[in-house]
Amino acid sequence: MRYLPNSPADRAAMLEATGHQSVEELFRQIPAELKLQGRLNLPRPLSEPEILDFFRQAAKQSSRDYVSLLGAGAYSHYRPVAIDALLSRGEFFTAYTPYQAEIAQGTLQAMFEFQTLITQLAGMEVANASLYDGSTATTEAVLMALRISRRDRVVVARTVHPEYRQVLQTYVRHQGVEVIEIAYSPSGQLDRAQLEAALKQDTAAVVVQSPNFFGSLEPVREIAEIAHKNSALLVVTIAEPLSLGIVQPPSDADIVCGEAQSFGVPVAFGGPYVGFLASREKFVRQMPGRLIGQAQDTEGRRGFVLTLATREQHIRREKATSNICTNQSLCALAATIYLCLLGKRGLKALAEQNLAKAHYAARQLRAVPGTATPFVAPHFNEFVVRTPGDAEELLAALRNEKLIGGLNLGRFYPELANHLLVCVTEIVSKEAIDRMVEVYRRFAAATNSSGSAAEFHSASMGRNL
Amino acid sequence: MYPQELLYTKEHEWIRVDESIGTIGITDHAQKELGDIVFVELPRVGDQVTANESFGTVESVKAVSEIYSPITGEVTAINPRLQSTPELLNADPHGDAWLIRVRLTDRREIESLMTADDYEAYIKEKKGE
Repeated sequence: MRYLPNSPADRAAMLEATGHQSVEELFRQIPAELKLQGRLNLPRPLSEPEILDFFRQAAKQSSRDYVSLLGAGAYSHYRPVAIDALLSRGEFFTAYTPYQAEIAQGTLQAMFEFQTLITQLAGMEVANASLYDGSTATTEAVLMALRISRRDRVVVARTVHPEYRQVLQTYVRHQGVEVIEIAYSPSGQLDRAQLEAALKQDTAAVVVQSPNFFGSLEPVREIAEIAHKNSALLVVTIAEPLSLGIVQPPSDADIVCGEAQSFGVPVAFGGPYVGFLASREKFVRQMPGRLIGQAQDTEGRRGFVLTLATREQHIRREKATSNICTNQSLCALAATIYLCLLGKRGLKALAEQNLAKAHYAARQLRAVPGTATPFVAPHFNEFVVRTPGDAEELLAALRNEKLIGGLNLGRFYPELANHLLVCVTEIVSKEAIDRMVEVYRRFAAATNSSGSAAEFHSASMGRNL
Repeated sequence: MYPQELLYTKEHEWIRVDESIGTIGITDHAQKELGDIVFVELPRVGDQVTANESFGTVESVKAVSEIYSPITGEVTAINPRLQSTPELLNADPHGDAWLIRVRLTDRREIESLMTADDYEAYIKEKKGE
């Protein structure tokens, strides 16, 4: 589908058809005080060489030479160059599903392949053609569970991404939905005893993340048993789906959702991201978003159609299944290309590499005096480290070594002040891991001798200058 | 064509009242307008339905339509066959493909409904528009 701007002649023809003298007259119903007076306050236009120069200068200020150990919902992975080469084909330039959807068989087929890949990874029967991101996908999964169960109470693990939980609260705050949060146990997993105690027969769903926000795997099967025993649905959300290369699919869940940015979408400031949502076929009519189906034309050839569109917003208005009537086609396409390039074995090998590097880093850090990895549950490529001293000072020391050391968990979990969430993917070299461990070691020694890391901090700053 | 023992609504539902129990369905005209029916969504036994308010949906290949209750009451039964064979609604809308049974709260509500002759005249008039 092409994106066509309109020319002054086009606009004149349209105004003639609607019987207006000008665009201003067309919008005369808008009160004057709400209209923008004068021009937008924008800098002057730049010529092409000026623009290139502007961005070159801006790029110099970015974190180009840094190694990032920051995950927490956004993951840096290597992106094969074929992704961008294919994505930049003109046919894919607009992410919109055309309103006469079936005219764009290529777009529909790509989305159908995406759905197929997601169902295989998630161990589910049906998947939609993507949602905005992991947080809204998780929220949509909860809304779906509320529709299926016709109940208004959900139980959410505190180990679910804090921002996913915030987005959920934003959606349900004024809908009379009760959200109960369940603490984590000393292992860094959902506290199952507390879960059992919180479940009543009126609970729509239990929501867990695996690997959870601390990087720990949750025992999905056991949690599913507890949820189902209490006639609640289980929603499993996944922020790092690369884990599915080696972790068993959460097929005991009723809805599996999450974030697919890991699959070929670069980490950029603020996005874009790409959510996914999969479930069992019996719940398909309560699924939000667009669904692509496979069909046959009159000559028996395979074709693709938008299916169950009769439940969508543009047809059913306020009675639609959900408010979501769009998807993230371009990012979902990137994910599809990425997964196809890797293949089954490639995905497994890559996941193993992430696992090995993250576990090597965790082992090395544990050996540093004053440092600990408090959560003993199995983890994938992310884990929690208790820092030897003030976490912010340590992060500053790491930055001096061109290392972005991870997320200070105190920001979301006050009881975890001086704990970092560290992520090690395949793009972090062993040399960088060793360099990080060395900074911890020097930091720990300095903290130990002086009681404060300030001295070490300034010393290390001095060396860099 | 429209059974005399049933009463009809302007939204194309029918009801048959035996004592205090009403059996509710959609009319032959409704199923023809909808086309091939692929899914029926019904309330649960014990749910309350209210006259002139939606209690479920019928989904065809063309559209999803609300079903409005002719009367107020409590659902005592739902047709179990429609879950697996929704196409029954196209085959026998006034018989085997009934949707729900309801215990009537107020029998007088049926007085405002149309007879078979009224309904036939009503859809003829609609078609003429």
